[in-house]
Amino acid sequence: MIKTVTKIVSGLALALVAFGLSACGEDEPLTQGNDPQLRRLTEQQYRNTVRDVFGGNISIAGRFDPLERIDGLLAVGASSATITPAALERYEALGRSIALQVVNERNRKVLVPCTPASEAGRDDSCAAEFVTSTGRFLFRRPLTDAEQTLYVSISGDAADTLGDFYQGLAYGLTGMLVSPKFLYITETSEPDPDSDGLHRLDAYSKASRISFLLWNTTPDAMLLDAAASGDLHTEDGLEQQFERMISSPRAEDGLAAFFEDMLEFERFEILEKDPVIYPTFVLDVADDAREQTIRTLTYLLLDEGGDYRDIFTTRKTFMSGALGPVYRVPVINPVGWVPYEFPDSSPWAGIHTHLSFQALFSHPGKSSPTLRGQAVREHLLCQKIPEPPGDVDFSDFNDDSNPILRTARQRLDVHNEEPSCAGCHKLMDPIGLAMETFDGAGQIRTMENGMVIDTSGELDGVAYEDSIGLGAALRENPSAPACFANRMFAYGTGHTPTPAERQWMGYLEGKFAEAGYRVPVLLREMVLSDAFYRVTPPDLTQSTADANDTFAEETKS
Amino acid sequence: MSMTRRSFLRGTVAGTAVTVGLPFLDYFLNDSGTALANGAPIPVRFGTWFWGLGHTPGRGVAMDGTPDITFLEETQPLVPYKNDLTYFNAFNTPLDGKPSAVHFTGWVAAKTGNVPRTFGDTPEPTIDVIVADQIGGDTRFRSLDLSSTGNPRDSYTFRNSTSRNAADISPLAFYQRVFGAGFVDPNQADFTPAPSVMVRSSVLSAVHEESKDFMRKLGTADRARMDEYFTSIRQLEHQLALQMEKPEVSEACGIPVPPPEEEELGIEIEVAQRNHKLLTDILVMALACNQTRVFNMLYSQALSLLRRRGESFTHHTLTHEEPIDASLGYQREVAELHVTSMEALATFIQAFKDIREGDGTLLDNTLIFANSDTGNSRIHSVDDIPVMLIGSGGGRIKNGLHIAGNGDPITRIGLTALQVMGIPVERWGTGSLETTKTISDVLV
Repeated sequence: MIKTVTKIVSGLALALVAFGLSACGEDEPLTQGNDPQLRRLTEQQYRNTVRDVFGGNISIAGRFDPLERIDGLLAVGASSATITPAALERYEALGRSIALQVVNERNRKVLVPCTPASEAGRDDSCAAEFVTSTGRFLFRRPLTDAEQTLYVSISGDAADTLGDFYQGLAYGLTGMLVSPKFLYITETSEPDPDSDGLHRLDAYSKASRISFLLWNTTPDAMLLDAAASGDLHTEDGLEQQFERMISSPRAEDGLAAFFEDMLEFERFEILEKDPVIYPTFVLDVADDAREQTIRTLTYLLLDEGGDYRDIFTTRKTFMSGALGPVYRVPVINPVGWVPYEFPDSSPWAGIHTHLSFQALFSHPGKSSPTLRGQAVREHLLCQKIPEPPGDVDFSDFNDDSNPILRTARQRLDVHNEEPSCAGCHKLMDPIGLAMETFDGAGQIRTMENGMVIDTSGELDGVAYEDSIGLGAALRENPSAPACFANRMFAYGTGHTPTPAERQWMGYLEGKFAEAGYRVPVLLREMVLSDAFYRVTPPDLTQSTADANDTFAEETKS
Repeated sequence: MSMTRRSFLRGTVAGTAVTVGLPFLDYFLNDSGTALANGAPIPVRFGTWFWGLGHTPGRGVAMDGTPDITFLEETQPLVPYKNDLTYFNAFNTPLDGKPSAVHFTGWVAAKTGNVPRTFGDTPEPTIDVIVADQIGGDTRFRSLDLSSTGNPRDSYTFRNSTSRNAADISPLAFYQRVFGAGFVDPNQADFTPAPSVMVRSSVLSAVHEESKDFMRKLGTADRARMDEYFTSIRQLEHQLALQMEKPEVSEACGIPVPPPEEEELGIEIEVAQRNHKLLTDILVMALACNQTRVFNMLYSQALSLLRRRGESFTHHTLTHEEPIDASLGYQREVAELHVTSMEALATFIQAFKDIREGDGTLLDNTLIFANSDTGNSRIHSVDDIPVMLIGSGGGRIKNGLHIAGNGDPITRIGLTALQVMGIPVERWGTGSLETTKTISDVLV
């Protein structure tokens, strides 16, 4: 990893001291909250949880069903995701594979906290010890008596059938890993004793929100302990947990997961570049380009405690052996990552100039000013571009051989003479055209069809000459930090801020600005707020009748 | 001692270890070749096949007013299969004032009978899900959903907006899923259910039972999502139950050759076509081995990203960006790529014809609903979307016809397919797409 705990702590301390922040929420606007969420674990959350509960030696070999992106985030899509028959089949196979590894001869010595009286059959006492200690982290709360009895019973019955205690234990664990209580992060509300008539998340649900926001994994023992003792419902207890967690190297995982979602980086999994047109864009380059941007962001925002807006201007980054030749930068050590700062004279400053961004928002064999402009508008400024009409005629745009229309700008200008196209393209193209000196694989060029590429433009009234200037304009655009704050709140709660939460979001945006757009401060404001945990009680009006019908139907089947 | 076929089968019902002494032979079929000797009819399968961007107007099939199909330039690969399919066009998708969500509205309307309000709005189930609810419960897999594009998101099968079936994309992973652990060869002589299967089933039952209490704490929307989970867990329990019984022997079943360990996934046409073929070869044997009765194959996305190596443009971008060739009057490269889609469809059909089953082939016992998303690839219109019904669905449908819809709602084709598959549905579709009229010309 590129940083140490000390560095992170110092960065955070700098931010907090510099802005004189103490406890949050004194003047926090009241919100009514939203429904408690039932969020399907993302692939990374599943992987992180297994890693944290059972260690990094457990192989997690399987495919996860993709989530739908809703309002710009997969994290919001997770709140409406289902588990289809094929998906459950995969979860069951994966769960068995993990469980059998956990109890294999090597791992059981570490991961099973007791030794059975006999390996040839059931030992409910030992199984209970394992189920209780493990289940707490998988269900993100202590198991109920009924749950403990169930999984001990499954383990024991399986051990009897198979004549093997550890095999039986593996099936008890498989049961927990296919339970909706593991696969869904389940939130529970309770009346808020401090606010008449309002509800809040219960302490364990609160622990999950904090943990998945900051570390993108299941709550650890200290956080669950704080939930159990009631500390998490106190200002001091909450603050203590926040500071512990934001100062941990794991906060890097949390912030990385957020940016992976916000920047649509899951598209790297299917990214293709034509090997004839872009022979240098190989898999190592794509993987490292993705990681370079994430490293840049976590370094700037956590290590340095930097201003969020500097993501559009920073020249500090990291370089790997695979990326060096692509950026035409000498890398002395071809293995691993080294800090690197682009020279002032270079065209690289800000993550929007990174290879990752340029390659991701292009065609397989061609750059795309429109896709790049759309990505900046939608992902970085939270401005939705309407869908195009069906009968788009881009034939002028494509006609590279046209002796007059030699650059993308000229061709787009002709295309945009069509009024139905011009409205949206005016929002996207000036942004994307500023990046036309990067080809479809992010390589530098200055000419297109013998003409010098014109990268000038304007963003919401601010003129610029090139992608560096575009970055400066983005940095000063008020939509950029507001977008980040809204996305972070949506990411943490699993829902897009509702109109009733607008006032609170305005408050949060203001706090972010007051703090010089320091991300740890934004996170602190959220985690220490009431609004982050404010929920409405679930609509249970038909619950009993519906549920009973469902049970009856299931009984019949 | 003589032993009858029926006694063999009775001996397997209890699900305990048995030995079947003889291989499956033709005399296990009834005289007409449409049923097994135990009286069980050869099952009829249903599936979909999708390709993006349709055809160039006037280059699909001839609008000559006859019921014969005259394949034009872009459908030439289908000529050998003229008597295996019926081709529909000139059916429309009235939008009822809703905007056309490009690359979405067309196929959603054709497959669900509902015009979406916007992207991602899919409140009604796709036709395959309706059929799977009826016939998908008696096999190991409720349906098998595939895409040759290398992206599991490229899957046009769902129950509603939040419950989408992701596609299998890797031939090797698909092979292992179907023919790896858990596969019981219906023709193997010995059958001993693995004790671990019973244990797995018990685990699921226990979790299923215990999780019901979970429902009581949830709001309405989340309860609906948990219903989906319970459906899934029942399906998995059912899969395991089937693995504890000796399956019916199947003449046509044979374990296919595993695909290569080294595989390449992606959107280059050659890569997609290779994976399409590999996935298809596994799929047809999965059907022949009664592992599923419902399937979906997506050859290319509605916004087809397939492209030739060395070309800057994808199939889709070419439809917008390739100038119309003045001498030809159409987009030449786009037209060539349309032909490659039909080549893939021809490969798909042939794979079904290559499996002998009863007196005919697997295709005779299958109904494939093949459709695209646009009627005019250049302007992405949602009227005149090409649709084909392929295979005779167990002799229930006529092939070799060209049916022009004269602007009738496209849902008439889907309703016909649903009724052919025995789904008790009299009307299908919403708004102007709602219809009660099947296409009787194709019904036997």
